[in-house]
Amino acid sequence: MTEKKLTKGNIALAEGAIQAGCRYYFGYPITPQNDIPEYLAKNLPRVGGTFIPAESEIASINMVLGAGASGQRAMTSSSGPGISLMQEGFSYIAGSEVPGLVVNIMRCGPGLGGISPTQGDYTQAVHGGGHGDYRNIVLAPASVQEMFDLTIKGFELADKYRMLSVILADAMVGQFQEPCRLTPENPIVIPDKPWALTGRAGRKQQLLKSLYLGPGEQEAHNLDLQRKYEELRKNEVMCEEKLLDDAEIMIVAFGTPSRIAKTAISMAREQGIKVGLLRPITLYPFPEKQMLRHSERVKNVLVVEMNAGQMLTDVKINSHKDAKISFYGRPGGGIPFPNEVLNEIQKALEK
Amino acid sequence: MNKTFARSECLTDAPTHFCPGCTHGIAHRLVAEAIEELGIRDRTIGIPGVGCCVFMYTYLPIDVLEAPHGRAPACATGMKRAQPDKIIFNYQGDGDMAAIGTSEIIHAANRGENITVIFINNSVYGMTGGQMAPTTLLGQQTTTSPYGRNFQTEGYPIKMAELLATLEGVAYSTRVSLHKPKNVIQAKKAIVKAFEMQINQMGFSMVEILSTCNTNWRVSPIEALDVIENEMIPYFPLGVFKERTGKDFL
Repeated sequence: MTEKKLTKGNIALAEGAIQAGCRYYFGYPITPQNDIPEYLAKNLPRVGGTFIPAESEIASINMVLGAGASGQRAMTSSSGPGISLMQEGFSYIAGSEVPGLVVNIMRCGPGLGGISPTQGDYTQAVHGGGHGDYRNIVLAPASVQEMFDLTIKGFELADKYRMLSVILADAMVGQFQEPCRLTPENPIVIPDKPWALTGRAGRKQQLLKSLYLGPGEQEAHNLDLQRKYEELRKNEVMCEEKLLDDAEIMIVAFGTPSRIAKTAISMAREQGIKVGLLRPITLYPFPEKQMLRHSERVKNVLVVEMNAGQMLTDVKINSHKDAKISFYGRPGGGIPFPNEVLNEIQKALEK
Repeated sequence: MNKTFARSECLTDAPTHFCPGCTHGIAHRLVAEAIEELGIRDRTIGIPGVGCCVFMYTYLPIDVLEAPHGRAPACATGMKRAQPDKIIFNYQGDGDMAAIGTSEIIHAANRGENITVIFINNSVYGMTGGQMAPTTLLGQQTTTSPYGRNFQTEGYPIKMAELLATLEGVAYSTRVSLHKPKNVIQAKKAIVKAFEMQINQMGFSMVEILSTCNTNWRVSPIEALDVIENEMIPYFPLGVFKERTGKDFL
């Protein structure tokens, strides 16, 4: 049996990055993710890696662009305000199709906000942020083990699709400790990157760029990107479906609220209320088919988030047209107790 | 007959998109010749900024990464750290480096990133149509300083070569010009030296090049050369502001 070690979420993530073969970290301090750069500042040099305390998040993401364009696995991490600053870089990385990984250990906003756990950056990560028609891969860990595993997965997907992977975690997942297996489930394979900029020795000039001014060029480039995103939607959806076979109510939650929901589901089932959980692990690509299938069958869909209703939009878009959808959210750093969720389950039942 | 001049193998035969009279094409040629003479074409990667230099890859047949506006020194940092054996250079204009990208250039220089930066100072935003830049001269009329740049409201032209020379991480900082053949020859030497600094792992090197923008200055190409001589150089003096001769920083 693989040994498990009591580990903090942020540390599991940082160790996952090293094990994934990431050797370049660039970042600027911000709470509640400082364990990540501190761990990597200490441990990257031990494996021949590079750590740069960058002058800003804007510089960090562009260093990721430079190292990623060189064909190396590179990352940065931050939280709300820092992630906002990086959005320009997100867009350029998407446009020039360079792989990279960004971690957002969310803090609440808007503005300087606060440092308590939240999920207020869902919309920014999944639906936007930077300019242009682009997408990021968005992975939502709900445990310390997933902080480790999904970081490795994030690098794999980033390389496979030449995209940015975003690890979107709330501060609870970043800060709590759980037993964690700190070895990869599968061997790490870093693919060849013939597109990387390494100098033109033995080949023709290569470019990584996003400016296309010729007639129709930018549209063609955009359609290529969309085809890639379609492949992602077809092949890479990950979600947890728990106790849904007989469920009358389906809770949809990611990250920490999914953990709270599981406790509420146990409490409800003790009362004879059949509740199940759909937990998207990939927020993009969103589990569209699962959402449609279950929402057609259950009596009620209850979305629980630590925000004012952001994933709710995707649930509504992807649910069956007759689905009854209710929402319970705690924005601005509020964390729901299981009995609050149980209360919402009971209310949904009465609808 | 002896051939005394030929197009560098590091320069394509594509007609440039630069306005007639602009000295930007000369700057491209000098960079191409320097790369050829140093024999580094196959391991050089260029990172232009956003502006008239953004199409650099059309003229220099080397690997090129397009950087967001002002961020080329950060991209170059990531790339050089990932590939220390490659020659990485930025090619930035004055809006790109001296306005939106001041943070990135200063910190890349201060870290002593072993990269080379070619900096085109033509005192305006060229590509967007001649708006006021941080390098615009006092009294100079642009589309966004129609009454002339006034130090009381727009401050003073920023002197990047002198500014960067104050930083410990900088190995070489110089300002050259392209307005006379003699100056073009000096500019070429400076560009070669800047690349040599990188090859010899001396640290950050920067060549500021005074270049014309006759279109946006609303003067003829010949008059533009006089503008450099009579108006730019008095404020932006030519010269070497820092030059490391040994690895004295170690």
